[in-house]
Amino acid sequence: MKKAIVTVIGKDQVGIIAGVCSMLAEQHINVLDISQTIMQDYFTMIMMVDTAACPVSFEQLGAMLEEWGANKALSIRIQREEIFNAMHRI
Amino acid sequence: MLNTNEIIQTIEMLDQQHLDIRTITMGISLLDCADADIHACAEKIYRKITRCAKNLVKVGCDIQSEFGIPIVNKRIAVTPIAIVAAACTASDYTPLAVALERAAAEVGVNFIGGFSALVHKGFTESDRKLIDSLPSALSATEHICSSINVATTRAGINMDAVRLMGTTVKELAERTKDADSIGCAKLTVFANAVEDNPFMAGAFHGMGEPECVINVGVSGPGVVYHALQSVKGRPFDEVAETVKKTAFRITRMGQLVAQEAARRLGVPFGVVDLSLAPTPAVGDSVARILEEMGLEVCGTHGTTAALALLNDAVKKGGVMASSHVGGLSGAFIPVSEDEGMIAAAGMGALTLDKLEAMTCVCSVGLDMIAIPGDTPASTISAIIADEAAIGMINNKTTACRLIPVVGKGVGEEAVFGGLLGSAPIIPVHPYSSEAFAARGGRIPAPLHSLRN
Repeated sequence: MKKAIVTVIGKDQVGIIAGVCSMLAEQHINVLDISQTIMQDYFTMIMMVDTAACPVSFEQLGAMLEEWGANKALSIRIQREEIFNAMHRI
Repeated sequence: MLNTNEIIQTIEMLDQQHLDIRTITMGISLLDCADADIHACAEKIYRKITRCAKNLVKVGCDIQSEFGIPIVNKRIAVTPIAIVAAACTASDYTPLAVALERAAAEVGVNFIGGFSALVHKGFTESDRKLIDSLPSALSATEHICSSINVATTRAGINMDAVRLMGTTVKELAERTKDADSIGCAKLTVFANAVEDNPFMAGAFHGMGEPECVINVGVSGPGVVYHALQSVKGRPFDEVAETVKKTAFRITRMGQLVAQEAARRLGVPFGVVDLSLAPTPAVGDSVARILEEMGLEVCGTHGTTAALALLNDAVKKGGVMASSHVGGLSGAFIPVSEDEGMIAAAGMGALTLDKLEAMTCVCSVGLDMIAIPGDTPASTISAIIADEAAIGMINNKTTACRLIPVVGKGVGEEAVFGGLLGSAPIIPVHPYSSEAFAARGGRIPAPLHSLRN
């Protein structure tokens, strides 16, 4: 399992979750957990995913998500889970 | 499971507070490149660096895209060239600097450090040749950095070297006068230089280091500044605690990147350097942290105490977060590279004398300071001597990176561009140190150097 965190931040609109999930599904990425909230008028979604079966490189995947998000004024990024663990867990 | 706030906190640090890994620096030993023929030596150096570091930039970029943390610089530090070249019969070492420049271009790093000599107790023939080559070598290259260690706590201060560096800095300034004497930005004069520093211009691969090693320098003044806004008006105990907690988080990130880079490159992990390194970008300034502690402007009374607290708290917070801490580890105060320092120096609040006092309590020293182009060599030597004395007596690293900007005077500005930034030219004392610098010899090591 290669866990990563996808964060989606931006203006709330119809179809964000559906759009992100279908992109991830196309790349054989399994969603393990989703949490979603509205923080200070901003839609904030955090997904934990497993990228083990993803056929494209991490860099390409990140670029695809970013591009899709940019068209909808959303900031989307994917980062390996370790970075968050390093910072917040001893 | 990580919670939303923690994840958002990390994203904000990266997105809005300029958190980054300032540098991944690969240290490479060049001891096996010695040759009597300087051109053969240069070729060996080129081959060794391009072999050892061929994947350095790619690995840095991969880690950046996978972890989502910017890795600003990928750099290389090499064995001091005065040692590598000692066998060369040639008297001018410029071809070696050119070979390093070629290697830097080939592997895609933005600096190679180590065109260096360690002369704290005296010169070898090779040390002299290297220092004599500096004006030519550093003006013929763009990405090569040099450092000369002129003092240690154990050996005292080599005042012959201090005098020589004064004239060398002047000559280098003259050679690069068309670009605001930028050559001097690539030359650091050290006391108590460290062997595993990943930051430029002072990085070199020390004699006690392994064949090849990865050292990482973290950054994050913006994150500390932001964290301090939550303790406005609170006592200093709380300020120190806040800095410690923040430094811990930043360093954990550095440790993760260092280990990952070392693993992917198949090279041992050396140290994480816990330094708060500013950039000229707004929101990435050490000066603004000091001002956040309650100073109207950096450089006023209280600045030294604020910096002492900051420097100490960064170390205390960071040291728990990394398995090996080294390098310079502390707060940097490079004037031209720090937006707040530039502003403070521009309005006359931050003077050379205050900066000297600040170097007693933080890492490194008088860094990236533009002074008038007509400053005499002896005055530069005397400033170096003062700084070396602070390092020698206090068992700490100090350094001078002074830029006498040819053709410009107080009130004007030197512009270097990029991470090197720009600096208002600040005055030096007008009174002569000529007879002082002319003495030469050695200032003996202090009593507390006798620790055995």
